[in-house]
Amino acid sequence: MTTPQDHAYSRRLFMQQGVTLASMAATLPQFIQRSAAGMLMPEGSMLSSQAGVPEDQVLVIVQLGGGNDGLNTVVPYGSDIYYKARPAIAIGAPGSSRNNAAALSIDGADGIGLHPAMSEFKEMMDDGNAAIIQGVGYPNPNRSHFTSMDIWHTANNSGTRTNGWVGRYFDCTCKGTPDPESGVSIGRETPLAMVGDQQKPVSFENEEFFKWQGQNLNSALEDPYHRITRSGSLEPVPSNNQMDFLMRTSLDAQLSSDRIRAAVAKRPLVNYPRNRLAQQLQTVGAMIRDQMRTRVYYVSLGGFDTHAGQVGTHQNLLGQVSASLKAFHEDMKAQGNNGRVLTMVFSEFGRRVRQNGSSGTDHGTAAPMYLVGDMVRPGLHGVHPSLTDLDNGDLKFTLDFRRVYAGILEQWLKAPSKEILRGTYKPVNVLKDGLA
Amino acid sequence: MPTSSLKPLKQSEFDYWAAQHLLNRAGFGGTPDQVQAVLQMGLDGAIEYLVEYEEAVRPLPLDVDQFDSDIMRPANNMERQLGLQARRNGDERALEQLRQQRQQRQRQDRRQIAQMQRWWLKRMIETGRPLEEKMTLFWHGHFATGYRTIEDSWHMLQQNNLFRTHATGNFADLVSWIIRDPAMLEYLDNNENRKGSPNENLARELMELFCLGEGHDYTESDIKEAARSLTGYTFDDDEFVFNSNQHDDGMKRVLGKTGRFDGDDLLRIILGRTSCSEFICLKLYKFFVNDLPDGMDANTRKFIQRLAAEFRKNQYHLKPVLATLFKSEHFYDRANRSALIKSPIQLMVQTVRSLRTPSDRSMTALVGAGDLMGQNLFQPPTVKGWDGGRAWINTSTLFVRQNIVIYLLTGQGPETMAWESDNIPYDPMHLLEHLDQDGNGTDRIDAGVTYLLKFCLGTNPHPERVESLTTFVRSNGNRLGPDQAIACLCLIAAMPEYQLC
Repeated sequence: MTTPQDHAYSRRLFMQQGVTLASMAATLPQFIQRSAAGMLMPEGSMLSSQAGVPEDQVLVIVQLGGGNDGLNTVVPYGSDIYYKARPAIAIGAPGSSRNNAAALSIDGADGIGLHPAMSEFKEMMDDGNAAIIQGVGYPNPNRSHFTSMDIWHTANNSGTRTNGWVGRYFDCTCKGTPDPESGVSIGRETPLAMVGDQQKPVSFENEEFFKWQGQNLNSALEDPYHRITRSGSLEPVPSNNQMDFLMRTSLDAQLSSDRIRAAVAKRPLVNYPRNRLAQQLQTVGAMIRDQMRTRVYYVSLGGFDTHAGQVGTHQNLLGQVSASLKAFHEDMKAQGNNGRVLTMVFSEFGRRVRQNGSSGTDHGTAAPMYLVGDMVRPGLHGVHPSLTDLDNGDLKFTLDFRRVYAGILEQWLKAPSKEILRGTYKPVNVLKDGLA
Repeated sequence: MPTSSLKPLKQSEFDYWAAQHLLNRAGFGGTPDQVQAVLQMGLDGAIEYLVEYEEAVRPLPLDVDQFDSDIMRPANNMERQLGLQARRNGDERALEQLRQQRQQRQRQDRRQIAQMQRWWLKRMIETGRPLEEKMTLFWHGHFATGYRTIEDSWHMLQQNNLFRTHATGNFADLVSWIIRDPAMLEYLDNNENRKGSPNENLARELMELFCLGEGHDYTESDIKEAARSLTGYTFDDDEFVFNSNQHDDGMKRVLGKTGRFDGDDLLRIILGRTSCSEFICLKLYKFFVNDLPDGMDANTRKFIQRLAAEFRKNQYHLKPVLATLFKSEHFYDRANRSALIKSPIQLMVQTVRSLRTPSDRSMTALVGAGDLMGQNLFQPPTVKGWDGGRAWINTSTLFVRQNIVIYLLTGQGPETMAWESDNIPYDPMHLLEHLDQDGNGTDRIDAGVTYLLKFCLGTNPHPERVESLTTFVRSNGNRLGPDQAIACLCLIAAMPEYQLC
């Protein structure tokens, strides 16, 4: 007979030894994973309900690439300046019909509303499960997509691109035993944020392509293939650092392949909309449901670089974001995992206050961030940046993004933010009272 | 540590493996016979053959007649009138018809860009001028322009041929064409850059990504002023147009110089900076020599600066710089052998060209695999192009990299992928032809396996690798016939070291 303590112990043991076990017994990883999963998770149980099992909080990061127009997402409809600066693209006040778009009102907010395409997000706010953090940015804003994105990913603006803030969180918590499943990103490119010195995330775009096809040709190839790809390293190491990197990634790929494909094969409990972001979140939902050890998931949606004719494009994009986040939240509720999963949404910068000559907006600075989850302290946080006190036509940030990271690290992931962010940032209170 | 000098390699050190290194890097590799032929040319001869290709090798016909230049042409007068009239009269049926016509043209154009992707990939596989196509690919990554944004396949093709024409020509000429290239003007919104309402997109990337490097040597104010210089640079249908009504001919101050600058003045000022030559040479270095995952040592920095000085001395002509680079001892240094992570295109094209796998496998499959591995031709992820190096590799792309080589070797693709399987046979035995036919069976297996490994990996194989493959061959037929050789190649392609070249 097993007790919760046994479960916890086995789980911890497996987390520490998983990689070693699997790579030693090259032909048995699936068996090990199945039996480990069986020990840990009696049908229908939730990790969060098990005594003595810490570390089961999950963070999902949603990246909006291209620079989402914050002023047309969280709309300062109470301001005349907003309408003067953006005659062709401004969103009207609730109930108005300016530019055929009326903002959705936010409870308790004065003169600030949401883009009309964000109705699902508003519902989640009304239910007390979503928050907006206003005016987020950093000093000396950089208006290059790539540099600014790097700054958000690395959490520093010195221009070094060696590792990212989530990667450093993994490095800091893994204590020398990297677990390739700690971080999973969906998409073709590995986000720098997830890359640590020791810890690299698993990334894939489509789970179906996530295995070797050689054994289909001839099963005799399976043994030499395992020998080649799971050897970890060749002693003495034959050449350079590139080889170490390739060897490690190869091993990680083998260990993650079976696991992830098994998780994603199940049908979701709720219906997701048909768009790229929703598909990614659906995959994340499946992995969470399958009790993967993953602590941070990363998904992204691009196309927010609305330099020209932005009205329709932006509406469409925000509609996708809002509906996808809501479906994911419903999925978490249906799974009973809604208490475990916090979702954070960001973009590399906002856009300039004044519209440009092409009914679009150019690269700007501060913008809101968004949080979703049962544990989230709901509503509007922080101060909307001033529309009159501008820096060269751009908003001045009112809150450093690293304070949001610090809040998530300290309160949610229970990790030392000073060490990970390499500086002291006062954590934003992201959690409801009594949870932090 | 590789030397900081530009001095050439000694002829005596230009051996078979150096010749293979040159063919891999300045092109897409070659068969054992082709490596041998390049070796016979000697170092100088080989580089002349590769770099002075206009004289040495006849081009493949471009064959652009197969493409329709008019699918996305702008509406003519009559069509515009019809549209205006329909809108004025609120004629919903006519408007709907116009919308449908437009959608149909967009669908047709998307089919055409897919055709162009196959055309270019095939060209890279078949060309006798590998450096021409490789530099075309380099410029495509450098002046990155994405089809999905501009939705005009003919403009992408025009730009692609611009890169090919100037592939190893003069960089200054190429940039001056780029600020007149319809695809680029559209991609970076310069058709919206007008006097009084500037759009900074092209000006910014001209400094940040095309010429000087991010944060180098310029300020935000330089970008704003540069944008004014580029106002009125637009296009009509397939042609560049300078619209003087929309050009701001006021005084500008860019990079410390003042005047009534236009785009050409702006380029002269930018290209006058030392940092421009250094930026381009660093990019060439990362593309051809070493992607520098751990940064640069002092010698490498010095080497690139010297190369940049050559570039300036030659007024931005590329051929002398490329020849110097490919001849240099530095290029052949141990530290730079098998040190680059192959781009997805390099992986596929080099596999076909060096193993001589059937070149008539489905190009659709190869283009699709390129996309899955992160390199979709005519659709770089952002205006920054492809990061390259380690960014190509993650747990997902690694599987596609292994599987696409299996497809090239066998014609068999995963069921779940839309790779059309075929039964075109591949005979790998030509790779082993020149090996000594003497010796007993066991020795021949060892020698054959060792040679396959060394030829594919470009370095002496680790004994563990030889052991894995010989064990497999001995227990599967105990001879190195075509089936066993193909199986060995599938396994070699699954080795992490196959990702390097």
